[in-house]
Amino acid sequence: MTLLAFDWAFLLEKLILIAIIVLASLGIALYTTFAERKVAGALQDRPGPNRAGPFGLFQPFADGLKLIMKEEIIPNTSNKGLFILGPALAMAAALMTCAVIPWSSHIEVGGHKIDLQVADINIGVLYIFGVVSLGVYGIMIGGWASNNKFSLMAALRGASQAISYELAMGLSLIAVLMISGSLSLKTIVDGQMAAGGFWNIVYQPLGFIIFFICALAECNRTPFDLPEAENELNMGYHQEYSSMKLGFYLFSEYVNMIMSSAVMASLYFGGYDIPFLDESTLPVNTAAILGVVALLAKIVFFLFLFMWIRWTIPRFRYDQLMHVGWKNLIPLALFNMLLTGAVILWQQG
Amino acid sequence: MNTIQVLFFFLSVLAIFSAIMVLVSKNPVHSVLWLITVFFAISGHYILLNAQFLAIVNLIVYAGAIMVLFLFVIMLMNLNADTAPRKNLWMKLAGVISGGCFLMVLVSLVRQTVELTGKTVMMKEGNIGLIRNLGKALFTDFVIPFEISSVLFLSAMVGAVVIGKKD
Repeated sequence: MTLLAFDWAFLLEKLILIAIIVLASLGIALYTTFAERKVAGALQDRPGPNRAGPFGLFQPFADGLKLIMKEEIIPNTSNKGLFILGPALAMAAALMTCAVIPWSSHIEVGGHKIDLQVADINIGVLYIFGVVSLGVYGIMIGGWASNNKFSLMAALRGASQAISYELAMGLSLIAVLMISGSLSLKTIVDGQMAAGGFWNIVYQPLGFIIFFICALAECNRTPFDLPEAENELNMGYHQEYSSMKLGFYLFSEYVNMIMSSAVMASLYFGGYDIPFLDESTLPVNTAAILGVVALLAKIVFFLFLFMWIRWTIPRFRYDQLMHVGWKNLIPLALFNMLLTGAVILWQQG
Repeated sequence: MNTIQVLFFFLSVLAIFSAIMVLVSKNPVHSVLWLITVFFAISGHYILLNAQFLAIVNLIVYAGAIMVLFLFVIMLMNLNADTAPRKNLWMKLAGVISGGCFLMVLVSLVRQTVELTGKTVMMKEGNIGLIRNLGKALFTDFVIPFEISSVLFLSAMVGAVVIGKKD
């Protein structure tokens, strides 16, 4: 059987890595929902959830159990197949991003070198971009299949918002790529770790701000949460959903937040780099574990930033949202690209 | 049969089956979704040919942007199977004949450009699809057609703005 002639150890290694990363992302997402409610509580001067377990720590499990135990309702007039496909797609697209994020350098187990990245493909950044652009389908299909006018309007809003902000996001990415000269996330992170180099945020402050705003919009977070503007659209694209299908939609938003935080940390804040420390002086495995911790710390910081913004700033109006996206962010991103190109040429010339 | 061949046949069957489903589906939204599956299968073929850049750009542009706009229009216009215009037999026949002619032109074109007999596809070889080589080719050998096509896009954009600003 030549069919089975590939490296099974390699496959097993990758499968274990994927399982760990997916489970870890879901676990972090679980507690991000908890953190969100705690942060909201703190910002609104109230305790937040504090009944289930010490400090309310078991609250996410209680919420999850409640969602699973609830009655599953599929509306009679809905398109049943697509109604189920919607949340599945939203979740799948959210989780797929983690494949190209370098979580740390490599570890060595019994002389066997294991990269802590599922796939170091040479188009990593574009892959993320592609997956992000597919994320719209979960919202669109779910909203349309519900056969509800409010859901449909919300889905269309979500899709047009995502398309508009993808452009500015892509343009701000190009400036980063011009500096690092590679599309591989691993190479981008390594370039920032190199001795004497700075994190990309030093070279690209404007690009980062644009990217961050677009990430807010892509994750449907306030002030860009128009698709679920409850006071004008009842609840948004997931109005007809109940039980764990609703849970998947709500959960995929948090997974998206984690992934975009990881991408921002890798692109602009050195990924798993620990500032002011030369990792090559440490033992390999220690450096790798410290790297994971550093990346997680950066992710947690960004998640907090997301929440802080959500509970501070009110929502945009829809025309304001489009205005900001097309008339402010895109010209700004183009200017940033031009400036970066000019500086690179000047330094070379 | 090695792994690559298995993948090749799987992707080919998937692509052809989805393409047929695009045509057979009564519901336009289903057609669009099957078309997206076709794009995925084609991107899989690109990856087998070691053209990762083409694969991902195919997904971003077609599956990620153009098909979203298709869905957009279909959902907004609320097209359903029963509102689709009925075509009579002659229209269908004309469609079959013109489609067949187009297929013949395509096949003869492919046959004339290279001698294909006794050749197999190079899987996982060649590197023209990698971004470095593709970029070099586009910006040196083919720079004039490339720039001209960008003017074409610009004119399409200007046209869209003009139509949009009718008042």
